[in-house]
Amino acid sequence: MARRRDYDVAVVGGGLLGAAIGWGLARTGQRVAVLDEGDVAYRASRGNFALVWVQSKGLGMPEYAAWTRRSSDRWGELAALLMDETKLDVAFARPGGFHLCLSEGELENRTQMLMRLHNQPRMVSYPYEMLDREGVRKLLPEIGPEVVGGSYCPLDGHCNSLRLLRALHTAMRARGAAYLANHVVAHIEPRGGGFRLATAAGDVRAGKLVLAAGNGNARLAPMVKLGAPVRPQRGQIVVTERVRPFLPYPVVTIRQTDEGSVMLGDSVEEAGFDDSVGSGVVAAIADRARRMFPLLGGLNVVRSWAALRVMTADGFPIYDQSAECPSAFIATCHSGVTLAANHALELAPMIAAGQLHPDLEVFSARRFDVPKAGRA
Amino acid sequence: MFRRLVEPERASVRLMVDGRPVTAAPGDSVAAALLAASVVACRTTPVSGTPRAPYCMMGICFDCLVTVDGVGNRQGCLTRVREGMVVATQQGKREVGR
Repeated sequence: MARRRDYDVAVVGGGLLGAAIGWGLARTGQRVAVLDEGDVAYRASRGNFALVWVQSKGLGMPEYAAWTRRSSDRWGELAALLMDETKLDVAFARPGGFHLCLSEGELENRTQMLMRLHNQPRMVSYPYEMLDREGVRKLLPEIGPEVVGGSYCPLDGHCNSLRLLRALHTAMRARGAAYLANHVVAHIEPRGGGFRLATAAGDVRAGKLVLAAGNGNARLAPMVKLGAPVRPQRGQIVVTERVRPFLPYPVVTIRQTDEGSVMLGDSVEEAGFDDSVGSGVVAAIADRARRMFPLLGGLNVVRSWAALRVMTADGFPIYDQSAECPSAFIATCHSGVTLAANHALELAPMIAAGQLHPDLEVFSARRFDVPKAGRA
Repeated sequence: MFRRLVEPERASVRLMVDGRPVTAAPGDSVAAALLAASVVACRTTPVSGTPRAPYCMMGICFDCLVTVDGVGNRQGCLTRVREGMVVATQQGKREVGR
């Protein structure tokens, strides 16, 4: 018996992942609903650092480096499509980016780490350079005396990530996707090849399901026989008043936004579901930034915030398709900005076609089922 | 546009505003001194370049930002005038070094 289906696809999660996938699905002609929580949700998509970053990603999983580079390469196309469909400029720039080191020890560690990364079998090839102090100073003349060098990768860039989230939402709705706020999903029932989602605002039925609910995926995934062992990892960010452009390249912990603010990051703390700001961490972030660029010491701080990354045990994303409910997919990562191009332009069409590409098998959560004793 | 309710009795304070000599009353805030000298638009906004004038006069709205003695984004309403002070109205974003 045919059942009425409200939508072809229900995407659970309205952050950068859910919105990118929802827009991508709508572009393929699917009837899409994006289910979101309310304003009290933990929203990594509103607290991130807005880098579109390649260097240093993928040590331990070269396929992740390739996936990241692919998204970075398609980001210009993503920005142009969003501009075309929404007239919103997400301020994508790809001048290359820096990782700066404040001691010889840091520089040595950085050098070794990038060598190990690029020496991996199956590693995607892309350019990067280790620079000494003079090499860095030619491109970043404002560095402080403690900067001994750093790494530069021409593929790195950044954007305005709040505008990205807005543009994705605008674009997906313009293509007919329904954005359903305050639809916290309590229960998912696989039914007749599709799904019934019991939500705080009533039932939603869809033929396919995409879980893109960030840390909420840990609770939802088992309902469709998927796994999402993710945990919140807190990061804090400090923002200064707007100043005239002085930093032509993003640094992994310091970048100047298109509107002039300077964002300082990025800390890593295991704090559970606690997104409060701590003055100790904020002070450490500000101090390190001031040592890299002493001019920052004269600026007023106007905001600081904390947000929760969505982190797996190995730090790599999960893309998976349920073996028992093959119309159910899951996507989770902590690089929703960098990977937005892939999520909209590559992953969404695969989901629309009902099958993840075999290249994505390496990102299955089944990798966490390996007995711990067997791991290095 | 603005006039003082009571003219100051004590000697005035001299400052420079955009290269022009301006006198103020002792105890004036920079924002009040600017308004009294008919310098109403004290800055333009950093993104859209819209003119702004002192508004709340109590440190909340940040609309009275000016450059004081070479330091940008100073709140004019919370900065007291001083003899010889150099004030500049601010066009858009401040500079990181000043």
